[in-house]
Formats: sequence, structure tokens, C-alpha cells
Amino acid sequence: MPYLTQKFGNAASRIHSFGEEAAAAVQAAREKVADLIGATADAIVFTSGATESNNLAIKGAAGIYASKGQHIITCLAEHKAVLDPCRHLEKLGYEVTWLKPDQFGQVSAEQVENAIADRTILISIMAANNEIGTINPVERIGAAAKRRKVLFHCDATQAVGKIPIDVERMGIDLLSMSAHKMYGPKGVGALYVRRRDPRVRLDCQMHGGGHEYGMRSGTLNVPGIVGMGAAAEIAASEMADEAQRLTALRDRLEKGVMERLDYVRLNGHPTERLPGTVNLSFAYVEGESVMLKMKDIAVSSGSACTSASLEPSHVLTAMGVPEDMVHNSIRFSLGRLTRPDEIEYTVEQVVKAVTELRELSPLYDMAMAGIDLGKVQWKEV
Amino acid sequence: MEYSKELIEHFEHPRNIGSLDEASPRVGTGVVGAPVCGDVMKLQVEVDDSGVIVDAKFKTYGCGSAIASSSLATEWLKGKTVEQAKDLKDRNIAKELALPPLKIHCSVLAERAIKAAIDDWKKKHGLPVEEN
Repeated sequence: MPYLTQKFGNAASRIHSFGEEAAAAVQAAREKVADLIGATADAIVFTSGATESNNLAIKGAAGIYASKGQHIITCLAEHKAVLDPCRHLEKLGYEVTWLKPDQFGQVSAEQVENAIADRTILISIMAANNEIGTINPVERIGAAAKRRKVLFHCDATQAVGKIPIDVERMGIDLLSMSAHKMYGPKGVGALYVRRRDPRVRLDCQMHGGGHEYGMRSGTLNVPGIVGMGAAAEIAASEMADEAQRLTALRDRLEKGVMERLDYVRLNGHPTERLPGTVNLSFAYVEGESVMLKMKDIAVSSGSACTSASLEPSHVLTAMGVPEDMVHNSIRFSLGRLTRPDEIEYTVEQVVKAVTELRELSPLYDMAMAGIDLGKVQWKEV
Repeated sequence: MEYSKELIEHFEHPRNIGSLDEASPRVGTGVVGAPVCGDVMKLQVEVDDSGVIVDAKFKTYGCGSAIASSSLATEWLKGKTVEQAKDLKDRNIAKELALPPLKIHCSVLAERAIKAAIDDWKKKHGLPVEEN
């Protein structure tokens, strides 16, 4: 907080003591962030968040390596901040292979390797999915990328600070992260850019004063970066215990709901999943109505009715979740502040909300009467 | 989503939930929407010999606005004649519940459900039905 109120130095103005103080604080934060992912401090480029990091990684690599080839491999279940830069490149003439995840939302190393061609310059696969929590086999994908000498970008926004990430062991060349996903401030993030074996270069997306090794110009957000460093340090020291605690709570929530309600589907991998993420679809009740019915519980839904674009979740759709079950999905996120009694309360609220809404649902009546909803002639409006 | 007090009131205390006997000649049933679209409304009216709607029931699968829109529709229908029911328009429902622009679809669905239920009753009595 002193960097918001008293310590006003510009980290790029090291000629005076104010700037020196800020630069030292940024350097300390850089080391803490680097430590969390097994990197060296000089490989960390601070950004405004994971969206910018993804844009810089994908468009930056595509731009500078265009002469080597113009093919990128990614997955349909990635975050929009990866999908949209790839779509943008497609419009510019690049070829993009959109891998389809399996029923759990996972991409395999074989799928990735089979898609690699001579002209492939970048693979962009996330560490863990934001909607369903499914963890990808990052280490194997990294190994495949290394074997075929293709750069591997990993959007690890959801994973960093929650599960162990090591850019060396996992063969990651570019890694996106965000401070606020690990309890740091909003509006700050970082991109890891490998410095050696190989040294990765990027076309900068923000031209200007040449900050951050020329990869991201602009005066550094000193308070944000200091906050991100502190968050990284805490995450590193608490990760193992916290993951164990959250996994137990997560399983309790899942089991509690499944024991008391029929026709519930778990979206995501049963075990290879982030400790704090549970995504469930409740047949015959729409997600937004479940969200509204529950008191004092903040969740999100893949239903089209909750998104500004009125598009249902692209992740669940890509995994092959039936379209109606996409509308019926709810994501529960557990975190550092989640207590066991809150899990019990949530189970009660979910069971009550879904039961009441099924009383109201014509689909539930029809299904219970033995009608196959897939064969009904619906009148779409 | 910003919802009005009126909408939340209907969502939390929906009026006229339930079903009427679909086979009865006095009952008209309308089912509109589709599960893949995220909303299905089933609306039923019971009409007496003088053409007055004496009861209305609904069941809805859908978001908060869809449930509130159908609840409001059944409330308005009771006591109306079959002819008066035609005057219940989507915009009236949207206005009463102050539906956000993205949710106008829900009021359209409710209007279609009303029409489908009335048409079903008319068909049972050999009366002409206006096509959309």
C-alpha cells in the first residue's frame, strides 16, 4: 500500500532515490513471481493482466516468427483471450488448428503432436480451464513441443498459485498469469518469456519507451506489481496445504449435492481438476434460475441467459455437453476464505433451489412421465 | 443481471404453478420454446361456457425472467374472456416486469404461450384460429 500513498517513484527513473526505491520493489516482486513458476526473474514481463499476456504471447510470437511458418495450434476450450487473438491471426492469413477437447475438457499430448507440421510456430494450450477446472497434461504437451522444436505457450492464469507450475519441468516457453486469480490486485499480470534454450523473442504489442526488455512499453504499475509479488509469495508458501484443504471441501460439496439430487452431471475431469472448482449441470432446471434462487451464494453459469452475448458456454459445448445441459450448468468456486460450514450451507441451498425449480419445470414432469425430451417436436420462439 | 422488484417478486413467489387436465374440453394447453434454447413454457387455461378464463396454470423451464413472465401472464389471464386474452402483449409483460433488453425474448415467449393455449382451446371447440 505505501506504493499507492507515499512511495511515488517511477521504477524506470533510477537516477534518483525515489525511482531506485520503486525499481528495487519491482525487482523483489519479479523474483517472487518467478519463484512461483520455477523461472528466473529476468524472464518475467509485467503486463496489465492475463488477457494482455495472452495477446502479447500469441500475436507477438506469430509476428516475429512469421517467416518460419504461419501455423498455430490451440484448443476450442481455451479462454476467449486466447481464442480471439488466434481468430484475429486467422483473419490475417495464419492457419489455426482448433483441437477439440475430450469429454472431460482435456487435450492430449498426442492430439497436439499429431497437429504439428513443419510450418507450426506456436502451440497455445491452457494449464487449467477456468470454467470446469480440468487440468491439461502440460508436461507431456511441453515435451512434445520440445521434441518438435515448436514454441509452447501456456495460459496458466487459473493454475498459478493453485497447483505446482514449473516452466522448466513442463517445457513451457511462454506462460500467462494474472495477479487477481491468486488474491493479488486486479489490473496486473505477467508473461513469462523463456530467455534461454531457446531464447524466445516477441513482436511487442505496445510500442514506446522500451520497458520490460522492449517487450512491453509503458510505465510500470508499481503498486500492482508489488501486490502481485506479495500474492505470489503467499501462494507459494500455502499452496500445498491449501490445495489439500480445498480438494476435501470441493469433494464434500460435490458428494453432498449428488447424494441428495438425481440427474446431476459433473462437468470436467473427476480427478485431474483444480482444487477449488466444481461445475455441475442440474437436468431440467436452467442455470440462471438456480443462481437466483440460492441466497447469498455467488456462482456463475454457462447458460446463455447469464452472458451478455446470450451465447452458451463455448467450453461445455466443445466438450460435447448436450446443449440443454449447458444451459443448466453452475460453476462453484472455492477459495482461501471458504469454510466447511459454508459448504454445508451451499449444499442445502442447491438442493432446495433445484428441488423447487423442478417443481416448476415442465421438462421435469415430462421426463418423469417417461417422455424422451430428445424426440419432442419443440416450438422454438 | 439487473432485475426489478416486480420481477423478483414473481420469481420468488410464482403464482398459479401447476397443471390442468389436458384432456378436458374446457382446457387449452400451450407449450412453447425448446430445451436447447434454455426455455420452455407450458401455459394452460380453463374456459367456462361463456368464454371466460376461470383458471390459468403454468410450468416453466428457464431463467428468472421466463418464470416471472409466465407467472404474470397467468395472473392477468384469470377473469378475462378468450377474446380479451388476445390483448395481452409481450410489451405489456416486458413493461410490468421492467425486463432488461436482453430478456425481452421471455415476454415474447409468454405471449406465444398464451396464444398457443387459447388456440388449443379454440380448436377443441371447432373455432377458427389465427395463424401467426
